[in-house]
Amino acid sequence: MADEDVVLLDFWPSPFGMRVRIALAEKEIKYEYKEEDLRNKSDLLRKMNPIHKKIPVLIHNGKPVCESLVQVQYIDEIWPHKSPLLPTDPYQRAIARFWGDFVEKKIYGLESGKVWTTKGEEQEAAKKEFIECLKLLEGELGNKAYFGGENLGYVDVVLVPFYSWFYAYEKCGNFSIETECPKLIAWAKRCMEKDSVSKSLPDQDKIYDYVFHLKKVFGIE
Amino acid sequence: MDEVKLFGFWASPFSRRVIWALKLKGVEYEYIEEDLPYNKSDLLLQYNPVHKKIPVLVHGGKPIAESLVILEYIDEVWPHNPLLPKDAYERSVARFWAKFIEEKTQPMWDFFRKFGEEQQKAIENNYEILRTIEEHGLGDKKFFGGDQIGIADLVFGMVIHMLAPMEEVVGYKFIKADSFPRLHAWVKHFSEHPVIKDNVPDYTKVVDFLKIRREFYRNSQQNS
Repeated sequence: MADEDVVLLDFWPSPFGMRVRIALAEKEIKYEYKEEDLRNKSDLLRKMNPIHKKIPVLIHNGKPVCESLVQVQYIDEIWPHKSPLLPTDPYQRAIARFWGDFVEKKIYGLESGKVWTTKGEEQEAAKKEFIECLKLLEGELGNKAYFGGENLGYVDVVLVPFYSWFYAYEKCGNFSIETECPKLIAWAKRCMEKDSVSKSLPDQDKIYDYVFHLKKVFGIE
Repeated sequence: MDEVKLFGFWASPFSRRVIWALKLKGVEYEYIEEDLPYNKSDLLLQYNPVHKKIPVLVHGGKPIAESLVILEYIDEVWPHNPLLPKDAYERSVARFWAKFIEEKTQPMWDFFRKFGEEQQKAIENNYEILRTIEEHGLGDKKFFGGDQIGIADLVFGMVIHMLAPMEEVVGYKFIKADSFPRLHAWVKHFSEHPVIKDNVPDYTKVVDFLKIRREFYRNSQQNS
């Protein structure tokens, strides 16, 4: 394949960015990683994502692709031969997209953030819903090694970055995700055995420090 | 040929876009009207146990939920009259706009749900959203999909069968020839398309339905 120019504008704790890192690593694509300072966004970021001005932005041969789920599908379509992430059967693809959408709405959504941004009754309700959603995902995983079957697939790539945030959630919410969802944790650890995942996710301690810092900055107890 | 069924709700923009996709591709299907929100059928709950919502497409007995997931499925199984471009980069742009429009049309309802100062803010917000969609999404194209209707057009289509009646109930119009010339032209092209024209809910029925909703919101606000 000819030399491809691939740049990723990212921010190290972003689980959205991690999805793209994993997908590129699975496809063995070399790229330039550019760390953005979100308090001081670069001109390049503003130019490449004028609508949202957010990371991650994937720039392929000078052309920007925005939104992590769009980026993961784009990567899968441009480099289809290595580690395909979506299945070939249309119905199976629909199932994968459905669960990717579920993860986006329910695990990465505003409600689950309340697990670390709130206290008391509101936090308890958020924790309950969060665990219920993780259990639904466990049900979908079933006895498979990965959501993608024998290998990492779209849903694995979309969900596993959140594993790096689990410790922070547990500390803030005072609960154990492993106790509630042991199969999911086993799945996450299985994913972490792959370089494409372990090299793309920061340490859980670092994420916890970042969340602790965010709470101070936003004046959250 | 495997049977196709669609569980929907007559006023819902989410099931409406699926109806348009099926009609654009000439796919025969059985439509099942759900009695929302309090009387969902057992079949619906069985086919969409996770969200318990419409639309649900059932193809050869296999259910698919979430309208954008359904649209991509329909496009893959019945590829003629495509909703997404062939080129991977163009596809990523189409998906970006379908998602953006879907996300931004939700808060657009606020001008209908709210009153007083909150409504004013919602109106200003809607202008910004529509400006972005017109300038960056549609640009100089006839449709978001180019010369033909694409996935983003089906999502933005809520402006003709939902936004327009909301505007009538509230007494405020956004998309005018002088405020949003390109979106105004888009509304004309989209609503005059033979498939779309014949497949919109009865306008008066939507207005009546929305009048009741507006009173509900007014009462909720007064009681809060």
